[in-house]
Amino acid sequence: MELTGIFKYLYELLAATGLPEVWVDIIALIAAGVIVFGFLALVALFLVWLERKFAGHAQQRPGPMRTGWHGWRQTIADAIKLLQKEDIRPTLVDRFVYFWAPVVVFVAAFMAYVVIPFGEGLIVSDLNVGILYVVAITSFTVIGMLMAGWGSNNKYSLLGGMRSAAQVVSYEIPMVIAICSVILFVGSLSMVDIVQSQAKIYQWYVFRLPFGPIAFIIYLIAGTAETNRTPFDLPEAEQELVAGFNTEYSGMKFAMFFLAEFVNMFTVSAIGATLFLGGWQGPLLPSWMWFLGKTMFLVLVLMLFRWTFPRLRVDQLMEFAWKTLIPFAFVNLILAAVMKYSGWFNW
Amino acid sequence: MGIIKKLPVYLEKIPGGNIVTTSLDFVFSQSQASSLWYLLFGTACCAIELMATGASRYDFDRLGMIFRASPRQSDLIITAGTITKKMAPRLRLLYDQMAEPRYVIAMGGCTVGGGPFYYDSYAVEKGVDHIVPVDIYIPGCPPRPESLLEGCLALQKKVKRLKMNDWS
Repeated sequence: MELTGIFKYLYELLAATGLPEVWVDIIALIAAGVIVFGFLALVALFLVWLERKFAGHAQQRPGPMRTGWHGWRQTIADAIKLLQKEDIRPTLVDRFVYFWAPVVVFVAAFMAYVVIPFGEGLIVSDLNVGILYVVAITSFTVIGMLMAGWGSNNKYSLLGGMRSAAQVVSYEIPMVIAICSVILFVGSLSMVDIVQSQAKIYQWYVFRLPFGPIAFIIYLIAGTAETNRTPFDLPEAEQELVAGFNTEYSGMKFAMFFLAEFVNMFTVSAIGATLFLGGWQGPLLPSWMWFLGKTMFLVLVLMLFRWTFPRLRVDQLMEFAWKTLIPFAFVNLILAAVMKYSGWFNW
Repeated sequence: MGIIKKLPVYLEKIPGGNIVTTSLDFVFSQSQASSLWYLLFGTACCAIELMATGASRYDFDRLGMIFRASPRQSDLIITAGTITKKMAPRLRLLYDQMAEPRYVIAMGGCTVGGGPFYYDSYAVEKGVDHIVPVDIYIPGCPPRPESLLEGCLALQKKVKRLKMNDWS
């Protein structure tokens, strides 16, 4: 296993204490996991607050104001309140599936961060199948949503779960093809290699005309659909489905779904920044700042989508995925292949 | 709920434990009061005022209140509008489906005590407190958004007084 940056430092610190090597490995990995988990929990809390402020200002109202300065404690208060709420288990639910569904969603949301490079050397593990791992792990979320929909024994939950499964499976395809066109250029699945191939600003894949911007737009649209956010939030359409697959969940289980949703949004933005916007590459500022800045930019774009567009119908959603995005993504992939092997634009 | 409910009982036996319980009380009740998510429930003209209060000019979100469509995730039910005798069992069902701790605001004359339907109506429940326990009454027909906000602030004040021992 290859360790870099602060994890390498951590590893050396532990190795100096003279513990057996197995234990050093285990402790270093647990420490890395705890650091990433804590960071992401903070990010999720911050993003919920940001979303509410953004929604407020988008609609010419202030958003949360009373809980601390400009409502900065709002999400903390929400989390503590949800902890105190009664944990309802309706009588006729499938107990096992009902209990484990939020756990599956939550864990799947956090597991993608094993391979995301937060900065130069700030990566838990630089897997050589990095991006493939991310694509595989993030689709685990849909299993959790299906479990929640099925286990709740509620027609709205079931409809929400089924819709989210159909949607995520459909939009996975254009997303993966858009990612493929970048991988084609890099020639490696490792996230660090992808970032290192974009050292100069004109090498960022979003600026590699003509295939780059198209792949980026397809990725953003598919990513919005993957995270079930507003133009594509059919799984939780409040007007039709009460609250979608989490209708029957209360208290902390609901909070887990809620946090996982925002962590997923951050994942989509982080991967978008890594693949198309040069990841942690940038002048002057430290690398993690560049990464966070680019990711937050994409997060804000996703929020802008949410508070600008109305919701699509189910048939429009499916037609858009299969008749528009997938053909475009395929043509784009062929374009990228032609560009790569003809040697044009190979700067 | 089991452990958290018994926590103050054990804590107060330890010297200095009551400091912990009071500060926990403070944190818990403050956070409850500042995130009262209300159920999307409106039956008549008061619902229009409720929507107006949620929208830009008055903005419920300032107080940390957002609507949830599912009763499992909401803390507060604002009975906005006339509750007919046919609606009464549904209201009770929705109240029963909500997770504890839960609160009720009776909004408008009809839900406070029958309002304009007090005389000569066979169909209207004369006051929503016949069906569910009410925390705050807001008179008016319908009450203006200002008075609804006033009622919500009064409920927040009530929730902030809660102690862990008060929980049922």
